[in-house]
Formats: sequence, structure tokens, C-alpha cells
Amino acid sequence: MVELSAEERSIASGAQGEGAAMALRIVTEAARLMGAPRLIPVASAHIDGALYHGDSGTLFAERLVAGDARVAVRATLNVGALAPAGCAAIRLPAHERDMAGRMMRAYEAMGCEPSWTCAPYQAGHRPAVGTDVAWGESNAVIFCNSVLGARTNRYGDFLDIACAIAGCAPDYGLHQPENRIASLLIDVSGLSRALRSSDVFYPVLGTYLGRAAGNAVAVIEGLQGCTNEDRLKALGAAAASAGGVGLFHVAGVTPEAPDAATALGHVAPREHLVLTPQELQAALARLSTAGATQRIDAVAIGSPHLSLAEIAEVERLLAGRKLAAPLYANTGRHVVGPLAANGRRAALEAAGVVFVVDTCVVVTPILPEIDGAVLMTNSGKFAHYAPGNTGYAVTYGSLCECVESAVAGHLVREALIWS
Amino acid sequence: MELTAEILIPGEAVSAPCLALTAPISFWGGVDPRTGLIIDARHPQRGASIAGTVLALPGTIGSSSASAVLLELVHAGKAPAAILMDAPDAILLLGIIVAREMGWQAPPALRLPAEQQQALAGRRLTLSASGAIIIN
Repeated sequence: MVELSAEERSIASGAQGEGAAMALRIVTEAARLMGAPRLIPVASAHIDGALYHGDSGTLFAERLVAGDARVAVRATLNVGALAPAGCAAIRLPAHERDMAGRMMRAYEAMGCEPSWTCAPYQAGHRPAVGTDVAWGESNAVIFCNSVLGARTNRYGDFLDIACAIAGCAPDYGLHQPENRIASLLIDVSGLSRALRSSDVFYPVLGTYLGRAAGNAVAVIEGLQGCTNEDRLKALGAAAASAGGVGLFHVAGVTPEAPDAATALGHVAPREHLVLTPQELQAALARLSTAGATQRIDAVAIGSPHLSLAEIAEVERLLAGRKLAAPLYANTGRHVVGPLAANGRRAALEAAGVVFVVDTCVVVTPILPEIDGAVLMTNSGKFAHYAPGNTGYAVTYGSLCECVESAVAGHLVREALIWS
Repeated sequence: MELTAEILIPGEAVSAPCLALTAPISFWGGVDPRTGLIIDARHPQRGASIAGTVLALPGTIGSSSASAVLLELVHAGKAPAAILMDAPDAILLLGIIVAREMGWQAPPALRLPAEQQQALAGRRLTLSASGAIIIN
């Protein structure tokens, strides 16, 4: 039984309008289902529910708007199915385009910020360590928990906006400190430091972590001095695609893991895994589906959305050359705005880069339909979802290999030692 | 024969054939929201329709948009008649909670352990509003 405060009961019965009442009833029902004894206040929300999957989601959002619902806390928006900031053309039929647009406007009308990015944490939305929040989108959830040290469960469509309107969430799962303690220890210190310090390692490690951990919490030992924020972003996104991981710790790096023993709660781990080169190879192989072909029809980078630092790396690798295959650079308006202001966007577009802003190539139809097409990517999440959602087979590689392949128009590999 | 299940989300009595999945499913990318057909290429029940069935789920996996797919199935008239779940899931079942808030006819959900689900496969079941499952 969920215990509501007097104020919560009055909101649920309509004291602040029907939209607020509906939101609080939804949060309370979720709490009852999950056995949460009470609701707790949340400081912010990140909303994944504004991506169009069918008309019913639009009707739900418009019902909330009609009931005068407003978000009670800061709420950023994840990607939508359209790209109001322009860039790549979207091949969505007229009815779907109209309903997707109505849905996006309804969420904005409730006071959500038009951030339209899956990397809100690099667009200025960074809750403090220990803060309870209600975030959706699996990569944002895992980054928020692991790298920022704020506390969120994986909030699905509808519950995310309901929590933002109600300003509270069910008290269970990763909101409770005891559920944030690692039960699994993964030791990667046997791999070379060069590999551990390379970007291309992290989506592969994330794929391994997702499969090894499922939805358990792991602490990784052996990455001190090897990581940066974009590497942790790539690690989390891959882990959350390959498994149900909502939180991981990196000993000596992430805020709840000054060392492995602390992350484990000073208890012996349930399982102690040592990552071997063979297992790493297996995880690497899992990221590609295209087989031994040299064919590349397109390159897609930016899942999660590219940071300014990642764009700067593309510019460095491109070094003024032109692309033979299109390179889709998925990012948010928080990145493309500054790029446009100083002419860098125009220069990249002239070279053949296609910016995809406010959305991305796996959630809405952007890539042209081509029989037997192959997509190259450096993203573990794109590698996971592109075959099902776009029909393209996938070849995984480093950012350098992605840029060189786009320049050449066929697969180019660099010498890399996976051990 | 009769079983008793914990009610996760109440609803009216229903009578329908049982589709008991033999593997967990992700509704997003796994079920077509317009037709109710299982489209996950790797799923053992690929091609089966969940519309109008008592759908027995040994587990749910994957995307947090499962709730949106279930709501869309309800709206399109392609939802299961009832759902049996091994454990409550705050993502999938949100689709039913929201459908009820929208005033749409939504399926009830009952909790039934995965090991009891397979015996119901293909049988016609009658579910009472109080959580009794009668195997016809």
C-alpha cells in the first residue's frame, strides 16, 4: 500500500486540475505495482516520452495539456521523431509527421525544455551527487546514475512525464542507497594501457558489461587514468543497450567508487570476472553484423549525441578532405548552435557531413532505403539498434576508421591490438 | 482445473486462448503496434498475433518504450485480452495504467510464475475479476 501525504491526496483528487491529478494517479499506480511504500520528491526529469510511436501517445500528451498539466521540476526532452532545428531530411508520411509534431508541441506546452537530445548531461542538465531525479532514455539513466552520481530508476514512457508533473517518484530501486552497491567486480587491468586509453575500447567493454551484468550493478577495476567523460558516455550507452544496466561504478573514477571495496560496500563480490582478450574479441564481434565486406553505404556517429569535443576530433581526422560516403553526425542543438556560429558547421557540411539534430538515424526514417546497405559506426548503441530499425547491416570501428572509410567510400581499417 | 493469481491491474472477466511465450520479449521492436504480430526476428513465437489472447510473459526485456507500444495496441484494438506476468514491470504495465486513465478498454494483468505459464499454452482460459484462472 502506498502512503500518500494529505497534499498528494488532494492533488490526486483534482485540487490542482485534472492533468496534475492524472499524473499523480499514474505515479501512485506505478508505486503500488513496484511495492514502493511512498513517493519521494525529485529535483528534475529527463523525458523520453515525446518520441512518436503511434497516435495514442500524442492523444495522451494532449489530454495532459487539456488538463492544464505543467511540469513541477526542470524537465529536458529526449529526441523526437522530427528535426525542428533542420538538417537531414526525414522520410515520415504526412499523418505520422503531423502527429509527431503535435506530440512534440504538447510536451513543450507543459513546460519541458526543447533540448531534444539524448545527452542532456552535456547540454547543461547535471543533477548533483545523491539527488533523486526521474530520468528516461537508457543511456541518460546510466550516465546520470554512474557518472553524475544522481539517483534514478529507468523511467519508461508516460511515467517520466507523470513524475515531472507530480514532482515525485516511487521510492524503490536505485533511489535507495543499498541497491546502488555493486555485487559484481570486473577486472580489466590485464589489458594493455594503450587499449584501455582508446575510445574504440569503451563500446566493446560496455557490450561485455551489459551481457555480464544484466541488471545487476558492477564495479570495474583497472581504468584509473584511462577514461574521460565521452568514453564513460559510450561505455554506459553500450551497456544499457546490451543489457538492462542502470548503474555501474568505475573504481577511482566515478563518484560512488573512490575504490572498488567502497563500491562493493566492503563485502566480497557475488562474482569476480577478469576480462580476457578472448572475451573482448567476442564482444567486439557482436557489434558487427555485416560480415567480411568492404562495402560502406553510410557512416553514422553520435549515439549518444556528439559532444563538441567529439566534433573537434572529427574535424582533426578529416583534415580538410571531402567524403565519398555520407557521414551522419547526430547531435543536439546545444552543439550545432555554437558550431554554426563560427562557420564550422558549414565547413563540415561542405565536406559531406550531414548533421542530424534533435533526433537520430535509428529512431526515425532518415537513411535512404538501399538493398543490402551497410552502415559503419563507432557507437555501440547504433551497432545494436541499426539492423532492426534501419535495415542496414553494421560494421563497427573506431572514429578514425569511420572517417577514413567515409573519405574512401569503402571500409578502411587501422592497426589495432585488441589485448 | 483452476489457479489463483495475484491481481496486478484489475479488469473485467475475460475468456480467450492462451499464448504462452517461451522467451522474454521487448515490446518495442518486438511487437508491431499496429497489428499485434510478434516481429522480433530472434523470438521463438515470431509471426504469432498477441491480439485478443491471454498473453503469458515469462519476462520482459529491452526498451523503456514498451509502455507506448502497449498503449498503441490498446488504441488500435490489437491488445491482448489479458496479460499474465512472472513479475510486475513498471514499464510495460504503465501502458495499461495510462489506457485506463484515457478511458479506453484495457486488459487486466495478473501475476503468474513463469513455471506455471507453459501448462496453459494453447488452452482456452477464463479469468475472473477476482483473479481465478479457469482452464477450459
